[in-house]
Amino acid sequence: MSADRVIQLAHGGGGRLTRELIETEIVPRFGGGPLRGLPDGATLPSPGELLVFTTDSFVVQPLEFPGGNIGDLAVHGTVNDLAVCGGEPKWLSLALIIEEGLPFAVLGRILDSIRAAADACGVTVATGDTKVVARGQGDGLYVNTAGIGLAMPEFALGVNKIREGDCVLVSGTLADHGMAVLSARQNIGFINGPRSDTGPVHRLVLAVRDLGGSVRFMRDPTRGGAATVLNEIVGECELGVLLRERDLPLAPATAAVAEMLGIDPLHVASEGRVILICASEVAPAILKRWRALPEGAGAACLGSVTRDNKGRVVLETLAGGRRLVDVPRGELLPRIC
Amino acid sequence: MKYIDDFRNPEVAAQFVRKIAAQGQALAAQGRRVHIMEVCGSHTMAIGRYGIRPLLPESVELISGPGCPVCVTDPGYIDAALALAGREAIIATFGDMIRVPGSDSDLAACRSQGGDVRVCYSPGAAIDLAKGHPDREVVFLAVGFETTIAPVVCLVEEALRLGVKNLSLLTAFKLVPPALRALLTDPAIRIDAFLCPAHVSAIIGARAYEPIADEFRVPCVISGFEPLDILYGVNGILAQVLNRQAKVENRYARVVRPDGNPKAKARIERYLEPVDAVWRGIGVIPASGLALRSEFSGFDAAKKFAVPVRPGRQQAGCRCGDVIKGKLRPTACALFAKACTPDHPVGPCMVSSEGTCAAYFKYGMPDEKRGDKQ
Repeated sequence: MSADRVIQLAHGGGGRLTRELIETEIVPRFGGGPLRGLPDGATLPSPGELLVFTTDSFVVQPLEFPGGNIGDLAVHGTVNDLAVCGGEPKWLSLALIIEEGLPFAVLGRILDSIRAAADACGVTVATGDTKVVARGQGDGLYVNTAGIGLAMPEFALGVNKIREGDCVLVSGTLADHGMAVLSARQNIGFINGPRSDTGPVHRLVLAVRDLGGSVRFMRDPTRGGAATVLNEIVGECELGVLLRERDLPLAPATAAVAEMLGIDPLHVASEGRVILICASEVAPAILKRWRALPEGAGAACLGSVTRDNKGRVVLETLAGGRRLVDVPRGELLPRIC
Repeated sequence: MKYIDDFRNPEVAAQFVRKIAAQGQALAAQGRRVHIMEVCGSHTMAIGRYGIRPLLPESVELISGPGCPVCVTDPGYIDAALALAGREAIIATFGDMIRVPGSDSDLAACRSQGGDVRVCYSPGAAIDLAKGHPDREVVFLAVGFETTIAPVVCLVEEALRLGVKNLSLLTAFKLVPPALRALLTDPAIRIDAFLCPAHVSAIIGARAYEPIADEFRVPCVISGFEPLDILYGVNGILAQVLNRQAKVENRYARVVRPDGNPKAKARIERYLEPVDAVWRGIGVIPASGLALRSEFSGFDAAKKFAVPVRPGRQQAGCRCGDVIKGKLRPTACALFAKACTPDHPVGPCMVSSEGTCAAYFKYGMPDEKRGDKQ
């Protein structure tokens, strides 16, 4: 097999090449479980509990970026959506829309990443689909994943549960994914530049399962960053949020690039973090458990929920002043996930 | 980042805030109130971003000035750019100009209707566009103050060197010192001191403000854009005001030299000559702009395509002109945050990332009502 083989339109035509694509690329990686024998749908055991069900599509450019690629991003994105809804991720579907001309080498690397990420998250790719579109009608590869998780009854999450004095926690440094993709896309060529944080957060959620009653809210700060998540929260309740600039966890490379480009890191996506709002009594315990996990090593308390500044997110700046944290406007960073 | 972090040190900031508070008390004891204009749009944004305004005493007021190049661009300039786009030219521009309203339309609307408008992140990208499209004309929207002017005129130099003939500039270059002079001669505006721009001063040098400080008896203090720079600058201004001094003080000496950047000044001098310029909201200020010298008129889009820039019409109700002059706080404009938002800007001060209205919208605190009108 030539090293520079590329996807042809016929790989999506349903004939011999399609079969070859599935048998050489998909079955060896995913054919062991419910996909065995390539049925049209997966038959799954019913656990007799509440389920969490979500879907997400991934169109990131470039397909591969420092710290990850569209494949592991597609697994983490859906796993994380399940986790922050209080779901324990179990099954994924995987749909690939491939543009004619994509090198098999790239496809292979991305599928390897999907397999590795799914294994690391303990989820099974249970069903899937592959389509090929003509050259110029796609951007290399689009990926859709849907996921099913088992609802964890310990969590009763909701914006209406948030109270004055609650703590706003984040599981690690902010904005790494968005700044890594932007740097890769613009060919800025930083040495030791930002690296995407793409990664699963479900273990962080599982780690605080027994404290679920004191956890009010969880969300992964993807598009629009932490500023968007927090503004959505204060938009739905009679409270405000006060953040402290000196407590915002930022990787040095991410902070430097954001500074250089004049971008507020609070506006930039993470893909492996969770923002969690909890009663202040349990905040130290949650931070301690998170920091004991590799994906939570950089966990921090960003600030707290206030009765003042109702409907607003306010930042206490390094200079000691206070300013509004608005949502990002316009197309700051299109197609980052 | 370590270099920058030193200029954001919270403990040092607190010390400056205390010093400024004491100066504010001394002023209040004398029954005095000081109106400081921060001339530059980047200062306006930094003041918002670091929450500086609420840290200052009641007797000290920061007023935003005309130092946002997009904001002071007349609608007639956009009309000329739209006319050029209508003649199949590729319009190359910095992103902020895309949504600035002309008399009837803007470049974003033009682009969505098929106009070829490209956003550039550096002037060099315009050269690449011209080389990549040898059969098309590329017009770069050359807008900016002294800081931007120097690199943009290098575009002409580069085009001459490479023999690129299909590139031209639609110029609306503006100079800071003549604008300061115009503001000081307007009896309706009260300015007691200038917080002078950081990067403009790096080009023109600290001495450029001396005639203004001497003639109008206003302290001119140059400061950088970091929070400590700004607090240090305000502190210097208040010291002068309390001592009844009016001199130029360079509090950004790590970047700004007394005579500025001689290489940049020589380039500007070689390619450009002073012209009267129209400032949105202010009107014509004599010798406040720069245009290409006649020997380089082949690069002057207005002449090359006979599309002169004529004064345009502003949107009804928009008071950006008064905001630019420091006569009106954005929050006191009837359109602010209602009809005019960053998503649907009516005037340029809400469009530009350095615009005063955009800064107030983005960073303004709800209790910041004090001094809505001067």
